[in-house]
Amino acid sequence: MNNNVIVIGGGPCGLEASAQLHKMGYNVILIEKDDHLGGHLAKWDRLFPEGIPAKELLDQLTGNINGVKYFLKTEVKSINLLDKEYNVILSNGITILAQAVLMASGFDLFPAQKKEEYGYGIYDHVITNADLENYFKTGKDCRIKQNPQRIGFVHCVGSRDEKAGNRYCSKVCCATAVKQACEVKEAFPDAQVYCFYMDLRMFGRGYEDLYLKAQRDCGVRFIRGRVSEVAEDLNKQLVVKAEDTLSGKPIKVTLDLLVLMSGMTNCSAGTRIAEMLSLKRDEDGFFTCKDTIFSLQESDKSGVFYAGACTGPKTLPDTLHEARAAALAINNYIKNKE
Amino acid sequence: MIYEGKQKIWSDYQKDIPDDHYFYVRSCIRQSFFPASEQVFLDITRNRLKKDFFETEHHTTCGGIAYHSDAIPQETAMTIIARQFALMNKYGYENYVCSCITSFGLYTETLETWREFPELEAKIKEKLWESCKLEFAKPKYLAHASDIIYKFRNQIAQQAKFKLINKKTGEPLRVVEHIGCHYAKMFPSKGFGGAEYPYVLAGMIEAWGGEVIDYPERRHCCGFGFRQYLVQSNRGYSLSNTHKKFESMEPFKPDMIITNCPGCPYFLDRWQYVISEMEGKTYGQDGHGIPVFTYEEVAGLVLGYDPWDLGLQVHQVSVEPLLDKMGIPYDPAKKYQGVNGKDLGRPELPSCPGL
Repeated sequence: MNNNVIVIGGGPCGLEASAQLHKMGYNVILIEKDDHLGGHLAKWDRLFPEGIPAKELLDQLTGNINGVKYFLKTEVKSINLLDKEYNVILSNGITILAQAVLMASGFDLFPAQKKEEYGYGIYDHVITNADLENYFKTGKDCRIKQNPQRIGFVHCVGSRDEKAGNRYCSKVCCATAVKQACEVKEAFPDAQVYCFYMDLRMFGRGYEDLYLKAQRDCGVRFIRGRVSEVAEDLNKQLVVKAEDTLSGKPIKVTLDLLVLMSGMTNCSAGTRIAEMLSLKRDEDGFFTCKDTIFSLQESDKSGVFYAGACTGPKTLPDTLHEARAAALAINNYIKNKE
Repeated sequence: MIYEGKQKIWSDYQKDIPDDHYFYVRSCIRQSFFPASEQVFLDITRNRLKKDFFETEHHTTCGGIAYHSDAIPQETAMTIIARQFALMNKYGYENYVCSCITSFGLYTETLETWREFPELEAKIKEKLWESCKLEFAKPKYLAHASDIIYKFRNQIAQQAKFKLINKKTGEPLRVVEHIGCHYAKMFPSKGFGGAEYPYVLAGMIEAWGGEVIDYPERRHCCGFGFRQYLVQSNRGYSLSNTHKKFESMEPFKPDMIITNCPGCPYFLDRWQYVISEMEGKTYGQDGHGIPVFTYEEVAGLVLGYDPWDLGLQVHQVSVEPLLDKMGIPYDPAKKYQGVNGKDLGRPELPSCPGL
C-alpha cells in the first residue's frame, strides 16, 4: 500500500497540513491551481490583530514544506475511489493513487460587484478589502487619490445578507476592517475614516484592543447602520447614503474612497472537485462536515477530509489549527486502514 | 464612472421581447396627465414600425392605485387583473403590454405570486368566474410599453428626423432618465438593466444621440410615492423629495428629463412650478425650468411629430427652449389649439415669459 496523501489547495491551510503530514512520514502531493503558493495570504500585507507582515507567516509556512511535492497551475481533472484508494488525474497528465484526500481549497472573496448599489466596478473610487491590501503591499492603485480626506468602510458586503444569498457571518471582515481603518489613518493622517457596521464581532484575543485603538488613537468613526446606496457627484466624489441606527436618522456623507469588506464564499474550484466526489454542501455553499463538533475534519466520504475555510469562514489561526487537526485525522484513518 | 462596469450589469439584465402581436392596455392616470403619449405609442408601433398592437375599450384600471393605497385587498386587484387577461385571451393574444409602470409592477407581482402560490391563482379563477363568468390564461409574455420602444430604439433612430443633439453646438443633449419604481425595483430581473442602473431609458437616450446624466439622487423617488401625495397631509414629503432630486441634478446642467412612469413626469413637471413659487428658484437654463417628457413624447419628437400633436402644451414647464435646441420647428400660434382649432385656453403663469 502506498502512503500518498493528496492535499488540494496551496494556501496557508494546505501548506500547514502538508508540512504536518510530511513530518508524519507521508508522501504528500500538494495541488495548487494558481502559479504561486500562499492563496489569499500571498496577496495580503499585514495581519490582524498585531499587524504582523503576511509575508513573514507565508515564508514560515513555505519553509516548512521541504520535501513535499507540489504542482502549481495544476487542476484536478478527475477523482474517483478505486477500491480503497483515490485515483486522481491532474491537468498536467500525472495520475496519482492516494490513501486520502484533504480538501484545503479555501474560499473565494464575495464578488463585490454583486452588491450593485455599492458601485464596485462602476464608480472610480470604490475598492474592496483585497484591493486595499494590494495597495498597502505595492503602493499602487489608481482608484486611490494621492491624499484622500474622507474614507469609508462598509462591513458585511455579501455576508449576513439574505439578498446576496449569504445569511452567514464571514467572521474575519470586522477585524480586517478595523485593522485597515487604522492602517489608512496611518497612511493618510489627515483623513477622516468611517466604518459602517451592523455589529462589531471582535471575538478574538486582542481584537477588542484593536477596536479601542481605532476609536481612541485613530479617531475612526463607527456608524451602526447599513449603507443603502452609493453614487458619484460632479467632482467624482462618492455620495454614500446610510442609516445611523443609533441616532435613528438617515445620513449622507461624501467620500474620496470607499472600501467594501467582501466576505467569504466557498471556493468555486474546490466545489467543482467536490462535485466529482458527490460531497455534500450545506445551504450556505460550504462543505458539510461529518458532524459539527467532534468530527469537523471528516467528510461524508471515507478518506476525504476537510480543513480551513472550505467548511465555513475562518480566521488564520483557526485555519492552521484545522490543518493540524486534519493531518492527525488522516494519520488515524490510514493507520486504522493498515 | 466606469462605463464598461455599467455595460456588464446591463448585459446581465436583458430579456427577450416578442417582435409583434401585443394586447395593449392603457393607464388610468396617464390618459389624464399625458393623453397623447399612449396614442403616439400606438401610432409609432402600428404605423411606423408596422406591428400589431390591439386594444379594446372594455379593459379597466388594473386597480394598482387602490391596491397600493390599501383601499382594496390583493385578491380584488388580482381578480381585476384576471379579467384583463381574459380579455386578452378573448381577442386571441398571448403577449400583454401595459402603458403604466404601476400596472407593470402589479402584473409582475401577481404572476410571481401565482407562480409561488398556485392555490391563490386557482382561487382567483373561481372569483373571476363567480363575478364575471369569465375564464383566463396567463400571458406568455408581459412587457411594459417602454420595453417595446427600447427594443425598437434603433429602428426609431433610423427613421429619426431630429436627434437629442443641440443643433447649435453639435453637442449631445444632457438627459436625466428617471425610471418608475415599480419597473424593476421590486423584481430587478424583469427590467432592462436591473434596478440599480436601469438601461431601458438610457438605451433610448444613447440610440437617439443624447448623453445620460448619472447624478447622486438618480435613484430617489420622484415625489409621488403614493402615500406621500395621496394622503393630503403628507404632501410636504412629496415636494421635498422632488426638491432633493432637482438640487442634486442641477449641477449637471440637464437639458431635459425622460421618464417611463405615469406619476414621475407629472410630479417632476408640476412641482417645479410649486418650488418656484415657494422658494423663488427655477431650475434649468435661463430659469425656464427643466422640461420633463414621457419616452413616447421623446420618440415622437425624434420621429418628427408636431410637438402640439404630442400634447406638449399641457406640460407645466414650457418645452420651447428644448425644441429650439433640437431644431424642431413649431407654430407658437397653434400651441393652445385643440382638435379642429378649438381654443384650449392659456396658462396664467407660463414658465417661459412671452410664450
